[in-house]
Amino acid sequence: MWSLISVELYKIFRRPRTYIAFGAIAALIVVIQLGLKIDGNSYAAFLMKDINDTLTVDGKVLNGYLICYILLQLLLVHVPLLVALIAADMLSGEANLGTLRLLFSTPYSRTQWVFAKFIAASVYTILLLIWLAFLALFVSMWVFGTDDLFLMKSNYVVLIEQNDVLWRYVGAFVFASFSLLTVTSLGFLMSSMANNSIGPIVGTMSAIVFFTILSTLNIPLFTMVKPYLFTTHMNNWKEFFDIKVNASNEALYGSILNIAKIKNSLWVLTLHIILFVSASIIIIKKKDILS
Amino acid sequence: MSVIKVQHISKNFGALKAVDDLSFEVQEGQVFGFLGQNGSGKSTTIRMLLSLIHPSSGSIEIFGKSLAHHRNEILEQVGAIIERPDLYPYLSAQEHLQLFAKVRKQKIEKAAVQNTLEKVGLANRATDKVQTFSLGMKQRLGIAIALVHNPRLIILDEPTNGLDPQGIADIRRLIQYLSKEEGKTVFVSSHLLSEIEQVASQLLIIHKGKKMVEGNTKDLLDPQKRIVQIKSTNDELALQVIVAGSFSNYLLPRKEGVFLKIPTYEIPLLNESLIKAGVALLGIETKNSLEDYFLQITSNV
Repeated sequence: MWSLISVELYKIFRRPRTYIAFGAIAALIVVIQLGLKIDGNSYAAFLMKDINDTLTVDGKVLNGYLICYILLQLLLVHVPLLVALIAADMLSGEANLGTLRLLFSTPYSRTQWVFAKFIAASVYTILLLIWLAFLALFVSMWVFGTDDLFLMKSNYVVLIEQNDVLWRYVGAFVFASFSLLTVTSLGFLMSSMANNSIGPIVGTMSAIVFFTILSTLNIPLFTMVKPYLFTTHMNNWKEFFDIKVNASNEALYGSILNIAKIKNSLWVLTLHIILFVSASIIIIKKKDILS
Repeated sequence: MSVIKVQHISKNFGALKAVDDLSFEVQEGQVFGFLGQNGSGKSTTIRMLLSLIHPSSGSIEIFGKSLAHHRNEILEQVGAIIERPDLYPYLSAQEHLQLFAKVRKQKIEKAAVQNTLEKVGLANRATDKVQTFSLGMKQRLGIAIALVHNPRLIILDEPTNGLDPQGIADIRRLIQYLSKEEGKTVFVSSHLLSEIEQVASQLLIIHKGKKMVEGNTKDLLDPQKRIVQIKSTNDELALQVIVAGSFSNYLLPRKEGVFLKIPTYEIPLLNESLIKAGVALLGIETKNSLEDYFLQITSNV
């Protein structure tokens, strides 16, 4: 099995297309960081304008932790589209190229090949996330320095001490890996159904957009299905940054307000991954390789 | 010993019967020629032999084991190229061999890679990316990939597609070398009889998914035997006479018309039998070669 995974990884990282996503993330992050470095104080003033009369904040609001939070909010919506570029191409791309028949006539079952390809695509996804984490978190910490994390929620503010932040980002990135692996597995499922690359890539992107719209619409009919949609849960990494408070409204160090919500979301995402990968295996096993 | 034993396999794609009740056997060490026009069902059959397509009915045994139950065990000893030589454009010839050796869990030294590439005439392009290769070069690399794990059975689907005359001759020599020097069993398909007859010891012609003729190549191409077409006003009666008499072994399968491959000296006897039985003969037309027969059955039916 390891030989199959290493072969798949080798192929992924020899393709120029693989590096588009790494390049796109780096470009986006650098542009945003540069913008905030040059004109960050105006942005911070804009953020704080509604609470300036009632609250005085000491220290550096626009620090590396806040920059990372802003970047994740912006990018974790778009990264799935970059993940789809590779994941949705894993099987259909080979079918299109005609190499799937070379692989499937080797002494390994199709299930083994699908697993190896899924694991390789997952490694790519995780590496992309690590790259994102490195640029968004560590480079921001280096460029903007660190301080307490001050977040403006819809009707309250959250202040997290700086030495209580880093582990939350670790948690958020681990959570984000589940979200992105769900996208990887969805791309994989689409890929198993087609013999060309474009269809599954567009299909995966369309499915994400479609379900995201359903997840955000507050129409009673859709409210019933929302808890079961993976898109409802993909953004719950933010729960790591909601903190419990005591009776005096002081933040409780090391706490998470709604850990049950995180656990539930992880379960839903994991079930989606299992469902999508299993469906891919069933489809591929039954498929006649005609390409 | 039978290396391949195919029994009554059929494959339907909706209403289309791509392969229709096909049976044949390939013996160890044989070069088996699988001949048919484009779209005759050759590649579908080969894909079934490689477990890429599931047969609608029938069974396949390779090395005496059921392909359905011992797929992985069987495919360990099979090397194949299937139709077009589709490869990874961003990898070099050398990387392809290393990659597929790794898939087959084979440790392959650089010298062995070079040696395999030399066998197919690609040694001087080892490090070039496949996207710079011509069709013929890709075809050669496809063959090298099929050979990289030293398989017992080699399945080559139209291996000379895209090759120039020199390349075709090289592949022919390679097939002969693999069979004679290395004792491999080679299953080779083509749509050109002239290609197959020079390398194959056994020959099967397939048309519209059905077996038309099978036999020893020398025997089928024996100049002492002629392919004749009986032209009469009543083919049914002519067939009855042939089947009832001593000529049934010479009968060639055909949907229309009556064809036989018969020793020259027996043609007058056949003529006599038909006339005696009251068949109104228009003529006994002699075909020049197996190629004439192949062209005729594949052009009109």
